[in-house]
Amino acid sequence: MENTTTSARERLVKSNKNKSNGELRGKMIVTLSAIIMITATVAITVFLATKGLQAFLVNGVSPIEFLTSTDWNPTDEGNPKFGAFPFIYGSLAVTLLSALIAAPIGIGAAIFMTEIAPAWGRKILQPVIELLVGIPSVVYGFIGLTVLVPFIRNQFDGIGYSLLAGTIVLSVMILPTITTIATDAMGTLPRNLREGSYALGATRWQTIRKVLVPAALPSLLTAIVLGMARAFGEALAVQMVIGNSRAIPSSILDTSATLTSIITLNMGYTTYGSVENNTLWSMGLILLIISFVFILIIRYLSSRRRI
Amino acid sequence: MQTTTANKSVFDVKDLNLWYGSFHALINLNFSMYKNEVTAIIGPSGCGKSTFVKTLNLMVNMIPNVHMSGEINYNDKNILNKKIDLVELRKQIGMIFQKGNPFPQSIYDNVAYGPRIHGIKKKKQLDEIVEESLKDVALWDEVKDRLQSAALGLSGGQQQRLCIARALATKPEVVLMDEPTSALDPISTLKIEELITKLKEKYTIVIVTHNMQQAARISDKTAFFLNGEVVEFSDTNQLFSNPSDKRTEDYITGRFG
Ligand SMILES: Nc1ncnc2c1ncn2[C@@H]1O[C@H](COP(=O)(O)OP(=O)(O)OP(=O)(O)O)[C@@H](O)[C@H]1O
Ligand SMILES: [Mg+2]
Repeated sequence: MENTTTSARERLVKSNKNKSNGELRGKMIVTLSAIIMITATVAITVFLATKGLQAFLVNGVSPIEFLTSTDWNPTDEGNPKFGAFPFIYGSLAVTLLSALIAAPIGIGAAIFMTEIAPAWGRKILQPVIELLVGIPSVVYGFIGLTVLVPFIRNQFDGIGYSLLAGTIVLSVMILPTITTIATDAMGTLPRNLREGSYALGATRWQTIRKVLVPAALPSLLTAIVLGMARAFGEALAVQMVIGNSRAIPSSILDTSATLTSIITLNMGYTTYGSVENNTLWSMGLILLIISFVFILIIRYLSSRRRI
Repeated sequence: MQTTTANKSVFDVKDLNLWYGSFHALINLNFSMYKNEVTAIIGPSGCGKSTFVKTLNLMVNMIPNVHMSGEINYNDKNILNKKIDLVELRKQIGMIFQKGNPFPQSIYDNVAYGPRIHGIKKKKQLDEIVEESLKDVALWDEVKDRLQSAALGLSGGQQQRLCIARALATKPEVVLMDEPTSALDPISTLKIEELITKLKEKYTIVIVTHNMQQAARISDKTAFFLNGEVVEFSDTNQLFSNPSDKRTEDYITGRFG
């Protein structure tokens, strides 16, 4: 019995009839797509790495200075300074703060859609989310600039351009990412988990808090990290509202700058191959490395998924 | 329909009807389930067995568009009454599902879940309940050294017994089981059947099963469902050896279903 089935299967697998031309062509097309994607990724990484290291290897900028010094003054003729720490700090600060705002709202909305009002909650929130995704980042920046910055200026002292403005704009921008993934995570939990909990006499909140959220936790964290990755890489909208100063902000009402905003602001004014231009590439390399860390975290979290 | 029992009834079902939207799924059910007995529910697929057991702990309330009429008297109190306390009811009436559904937590936390949500916080008391419940389902010796490891790492049969332990931990009076062994191998099935026979000393059990030998082996009373109606309800021995309805006879002799 066992023997005849395996040999029949082998015969089918090995049979030439199935290896028609169409099959082969299809296989070539998809393989090619995969190769193109891998090549593009590798090429960009290698290019970024070579360009990003040039400031250190060719121009002699100290990597330690670059990563830790707070002094950024690349255009000083006699004594240029290449401390990118304020921008690294700004990038991380704005990313963490926006995740801090967007994560509870996004996960809350996801729970609302899957647990509280599954019938109509999704119908309303789904289009809202899609709309948020569809708005271009320059429009977010523009709205932030026109509404948020003056608002902050009027409410608090200062000029309005601030870490706070950047954080708020970014939290709205990453909200759809977090909500969508969190909704998927909650929605794909097996129904029998809910039933099991309700059948023991648990209330809806107990079921959500003690069974569903813990069960979905790795996926929920993935949602947050993906949102952070998005915030970390966003340039345009942040640049428009954050103020782009060179100092480390001492409060969320201070102006600040991010790696991305410094790159977009300065790339047009530097000549290709100059030290300053090369240090912008180094910042790009740091962006890549930190994004890579985000991916590693996501990988780790998905391997821990329990359902 | 004749039954003999010395026990008091736990559930008295009177003229129970249930509709899913306009679909009449349960039609004029009238029978009782008795304390410390095993009542088996048998019948062909789609005849309303699961629907019926889900009415007993009002899990049907979670399904949209369900409405019911009649009475389900649980210890002489009609639970179809609007003012019933669902938390208290489900604490007293445990339920086991077709497929074991442990939470993705540790073995300990699974069993302690019920007591915890019902307000027990003391570690020592929880420890005792966990041990006692796991002993009740003969799982204690197998898992006592790894209470903190993941429940989903257990075998299918162990998971199902864990779910029974989890239900027992709230100290229920009744345990409802909807085809608890249909996803299990013969050995695990046998273990659960032995367990049910033992459990009925302490609990009242209502079990849905497709397996007629199982019903015959473990139950005291059997209800035969067909198209939403109870065709016959009587002592298990009587129903299987001398059914009073032709349709029951056809079903248990395997002529349809
Ligand atoms: N949520 C629901 N909405 C509408 N109809 C339903 C729902 N659940 C069950 N039904 C219908 O009610 C009838 C009884 O279903 P039920 O699940 O109680 O059958 P069952 O006897 O448990 O079957 P099985 O042996 O296959 O588990 C079926 O016709 C089914 O299609
Ligand atoms: Mg069923």
